Amino acid sequence: METKPLTGRFREDGRAVSLKEYHAAGGYDGLMMALSMHPDNVQKRVQDARLRGRGGAGFPTGLKWSFVPRTPGDKYFIVNADEMEPGTFKDRELMERDPHQVIEGAAIGAYAIGAHTAYIFIRGEYRYAEKCLQQALDEAYLQGILGKRVMGRDYALDIHLHLSGGRYICGEETALLNALEGKRPIPRAKPPFPQVAGLFGQPTVVNNLETVCNLPHIMRLGPEWYLSLSRCEDGGTKLYGVSGPVNRPGLWELQLGTTAREILEIQAGGMRPGHELRAFQPGGASTDFLLPEHLDVPLDFDSVMAVGSRLGTGCLIVLDRQTCPVKMVLNLETFFARESCGWCTPCRDGLPYTETVLRDLVAGRGCHEDLELLQEMIQWMAPGNTFCALAPGAMAPLQSALRYFREDFERYAGKGDG
Amino acid sequence: MSTSSLTPDEITAIRKALDTYLWPEAAAVDALYIVQQRHGWVDDAKLEAVAGVLGLSPAYLDSLATFYPLLHRKPVGRKVIRYCDSVSCWLMGSDRLAASLRERLGIGEGETTSDGAYTLLPHPCLGACHQAPVAMVADRLLTGLDPADPDTLLEEGDGN
Ligand SMILES: Cc1cc2nc3c(=O)[nH]c(=O)nc-3n(C[C@H](O)[C@H](O)[C@H](O)COP(=O)(O)O)c2cc1C
Ligand code: SF4
Ligand code: FES
Repeated sequence: METKPLTGRFREDGRAVSLKEYHAAGGYDGLMMALSMHPDNVQKRVQDARLRGRGGAGFPTGLKWSFVPRTPGDKYFIVNADEMEPGTFKDRELMERDPHQVIEGAAIGAYAIGAHTAYIFIRGEYRYAEKCLQQALDEAYLQGILGKRVMGRDYALDIHLHLSGGRYICGEETALLNALEGKRPIPRAKPPFPQVAGLFGQPTVVNNLETVCNLPHIMRLGPEWYLSLSRCEDGGTKLYGVSGPVNRPGLWELQLGTTAREILEIQAGGMRPGHELRAFQPGGASTDFLLPEHLDVPLDFDSVMAVGSRLGTGCLIVLDRQTCPVKMVLNLETFFARESCGWCTPCRDGLPYTETVLRDLVAGRGCHEDLELLQEMIQWMAPGNTFCALAPGAMAPLQSALRYFREDFERYAGKGDG
Repeated sequence: MSTSSLTPDEITAIRKALDTYLWPEAAAVDALYIVQQRHGWVDDAKLEAVAGVLGLSPAYLDSLATFYPLLHRKPVGRKVIRYCDSVSCWLMGSDRLAASLRERLGIGEGETTSDGAYTLLPHPCLGACHQAPVAMVADRLLTGLDPADPDTLLEEGDGN
């Protein structure tokens, strides 16, 4: 049985898998199967497979779908391909190398919630990915895979691509809805949740692109197979990436729950000569640092949570001993401050403030009081104190850095005290 | 409202984008991209013309245009260089790359050279962190850059 359902068909030359190749590998069989089932049973199959969202929060996908009311009326399915979390480079690969997998997944998701329109929301920088998807879409329409009668069945579906103007906040699902509607992309208050009142006021599901790519295979090969792929309670494989000073930075599809050690030492070939591992962020810029002592933690949702971080996007960022962790945190907070949408005060004011304090520290203009100020900022921007999760995400690397790299912060603070 | 600063092709493309969505605001970003393609940026006359086609106020359209860094409301150079300044590229020397670009061009971040050839912009993670440091010139992604060598980026696209 297949062990790399998401990336197994990738071509060596890096070009996109063609429709013919995709068909030959069982492509669109999953959609065909879904269309022969009642949408509720499609949802059940995905629930049984224990697929959890790959967009960062790990919400069970089938459960999310089940909140969509069964009443008639327009509904929307949205694929989130905004991918702007620094350190993350997985969804791009999936779009560029196997675009039909994305389309089949989107069609299955749309069918499962009774949507006849789907959007793929792509970050504006991903022009090549958009091109690959557009070409695949054109083929799919031509072959009757999409349109008025999907695969000849009594089900109509249109899929549109939307190229974003490029802001990190657009990846937050309610800001994404505003972006798609042509409003200023700030997040919306919840409730109502998008599943009840989302795009254009209609029931809407937003799923991450990697999440969606799992759907064809769950349909085709079933929950039991899907559960057997992983090493934990949740099903499936995961795209894991590594960036930073390792020998072979890259992206691999591995069993969900593979340990950080296997990923860093075996897949990424260990640290570059002369570099020693100091810490790593397990899943993008907004995840708490972990230490070498955490290398044997399985990178699944619950295990990473248990050691005080998040699986996030599954793309690891490696900090070596040669690099200053305070400066790394400054780089991270500079990103978050720039990307704050400006809607709520703690984040709009707090992130630039945090950045300034860190900049002063690094420039030797800081003092010990600054460390308390940073701690206060973490409180101001704790979960629940801001309108969306951007600010708490920004505080995650800072709070873990203050805990793990205290001496580095102290050293800077000492410089300005005298 | 005058639409004379748009070409017939641009107007057709914008009308087509309108069909994709339930209401005209939703086509705004698409429409601005369409117009930006020809001149690299969107001036006031074109912003007003697009607003006219969409039936929106220019002020509303501007509030969107100014939110998005990929839409330019100021002139840019013939080549826009966006180097990634996010964490993985920073770990692999993006600040040295930025310094060598600034030095070579004699401009700072966000500026355009006086001959109108280059605009230099820092940009968030370009989604190619395993090939850091990276940058984009126009729509093209360049990976595995040498931080000490600004010329690869400056020469990108020449002679094609
Ligand atoms: C600031 C911010 C940015 C986000 N960016 C993305 C993104 O680029 N892609 C993504 O799939 N999810 C992103 N998310 C998470 C989405 O809000 C949402 O949870 C996700 O798309 C749901 O998909 P899933 O259930 O399949 O994981 C972001 C969240 C926040 C708070
Ligand atoms: S937390 Fe930041 S990004 Fe989120 S709504 Fe508030 S200002 Fe906007
Ligand atoms: S951090 Fe530079 S491409 Fe991701």
